[in-house]
Amino acid sequence: VTAAVSPRASTLVGKIRHGDRALATLSAAAVVVILAMLAIIVLDVVRGGARTISWEFVSSPPRDGMTAGGVFPAIFGTVAMTLLMTVAAVPAGVATAIYLTEYASMQSPVARLVRVCVANLAGVPSIVFGLFGLGFFISTVGRGIDRFAYGGQSVYGKPCLLWSSLTLAILTLPVVVVATEEAIRSVPREQREASLALGATRLQTIFRVILPEALGGILTGTILAVSRGAGEVAPILFTGVAYYLPQLPTNLNDPFMSLGYHVYVLATQSPDVEKTKPLLYGTALVLLVLTFLLNLIAIWIRSRSRRRARAGV
Amino acid sequence: MRMASQVTMQSAPARTASESRSLRRRGGWGERAIELSIRAVALLSIAAILLILVFVGKEALPLLTSSDVHREVTFGSLFAPLKEAGGSAYTWQPVSEVPKYNVWPLIVGSVKVTLVSLVFAVPLSVGAAVYVSEYARPRVREIVKPAIELLAGVPSVVVGFFALVVLATWVQDTFGTEHRLNALVAGIGLSFAIVPIIFSVSEDALRAVPGSYREAALAMGSTRAQTVLRVVLPAAGPGIAASFVLGFGRAIGETMIVVIASGNAALLDANIGRSARTITATIAQELGEVVVGSAHYDVLFALGGMLFVATFVVNFVGERIVHGMRRRLGTTS
Repeated sequence: VTAAVSPRASTLVGKIRHGDRALATLSAAAVVVILAMLAIIVLDVVRGGARTISWEFVSSPPRDGMTAGGVFPAIFGTVAMTLLMTVAAVPAGVATAIYLTEYASMQSPVARLVRVCVANLAGVPSIVFGLFGLGFFISTVGRGIDRFAYGGQSVYGKPCLLWSSLTLAILTLPVVVVATEEAIRSVPREQREASLALGATRLQTIFRVILPEALGGILTGTILAVSRGAGEVAPILFTGVAYYLPQLPTNLNDPFMSLGYHVYVLATQSPDVEKTKPLLYGTALVLLVLTFLLNLIAIWIRSRSRRRARAGV
Repeated sequence: MRMASQVTMQSAPARTASESRSLRRRGGWGERAIELSIRAVALLSIAAILLILVFVGKEALPLLTSSDVHREVTFGSLFAPLKEAGGSAYTWQPVSEVPKYNVWPLIVGSVKVTLVSLVFAVPLSVGAAVYVSEYARPRVREIVKPAIELLAGVPSVVVGFFALVVLATWVQDTFGTEHRLNALVAGIGLSFAIVPIIFSVSEDALRAVPGSYREAALAMGSTRAQTVLRVVLPAAGPGIAASFVLGFGRAIGETMIVVIASGNAALLDANIGRSARTITATIAQELGEVVVGSAHYDVLFALGGMLFVATFVVNFVGERIVHGMRRRLGTTS
């Protein structure tokens, strides 16, 4: 009996093992391909841009009709835009997360609506944000300000740094909300109860106990939002970015240059592609390094604070 | 003696009580104001969605109401075949002597590029999600997950640039495509952008399947592959389907990759080796040069409005599926 059964059983097991290993191998291969995609794009930009990058490149303005010189104004504009965006998006995002976690009950219809809107805001195409910025901030709010405060003179009713930053702030709001909410939820309930039992009010508990604990998550959300905002081009196309400016923006209502838009313009509208290719690679590398560093920092902070939360420290 | 002590005993707490009451009241006013502003700010996301709808719609409205605009184009005529002789009945040519607004080439372009990107991204992302959730050791998982998230951190304009200088050459050398920039190049580029979202939603879905399902299958004598294919994947099915939906929504709304890499010729053509022009790229390229308030301007806002509504519906459906699945599996997180 054993002699008759065992060969069949062994072939069965053999076949199963084969299928088993095939799925493991295939799925591992998918991971490898995705990581290779990441590696290829990063290595290509790094290799192409490394020769261009120099102190002069990051510290001087473009020259000779964008075929020589550096990208300093674009770096400056990107930083100014993301700073303004952060000032608007982070307080709003943190407040939304506090409302969702500390004030609203799970069944509250308003809270559910807020949640749905945050989730859907994250899915709105970035070009639609650009249309919205033009239609709302510039044509409506900006023109309105001009009419009431400047007698119809075009001061704020035009594309500029302020409107681009606010448009991006709305675009990045969900990033801040989601990260902050996760962080606040991971604060143990005992800490909340201990604070309240000691006589602290709800607001004191939020500001002195919960937010300090959730700081890692808020920071992660902020950095991810900055990284996202710094790389976006579509929302700022019509709301403030400019192709070339001889001067740096000094006011909220000045137009500005940005790294992402610079890459787009050099890639699509260059009169001499071969001549601008080194500049193009250099600009792309600066942008990639900026966004990547921010992402890596965010991932590091998050994994550290998650590990600490798991260890119960 | 007794009287005196009573007086002091009464007066002392009375004072502190009034003190603390006034203190509380002062704190209370400030606190209530702050709490109220927190609640008000939380409504901002609702306001944002409404404002987007209203103000994109407002600029597109003349397309429905203005007779000036109707001399050139109406909402219905965007979808109707053109009657003028000469050229295709489906032509997008807003800047010409007789402006031609037919959106079918743009819709076909968007769908074509999006489908190509899904064909590349779906197997890769779901495969990777299966590996990370079912096979990978915790240490491997902790490296792979952030690395794939990092791919989402590459700005889309950089992906577009990469598609333009590297992918386009490779695609033309490999497949001998008719146009150097085409739907295939843009679609592969787009897949870089949607792999992270499909991966992370699918992986969440797989991880939400309770361990008891796997243990039961293994205890019945299934191999791990059988467990994954016949128990875990079907249980996570709705979540994985949602990841496709969300990936589709992301892809159809992506702008910078397609505007750089698709070639931007509005052809009504199923051939992915030829140039394509998407809805997003059309807005990005044309709005900068259009006269504010012209028919063309209104049409571009109408395209944006349609895109907004389409992605809103798609994302809403995706989110609902994810929620429904979580509730069914009893893993609310």
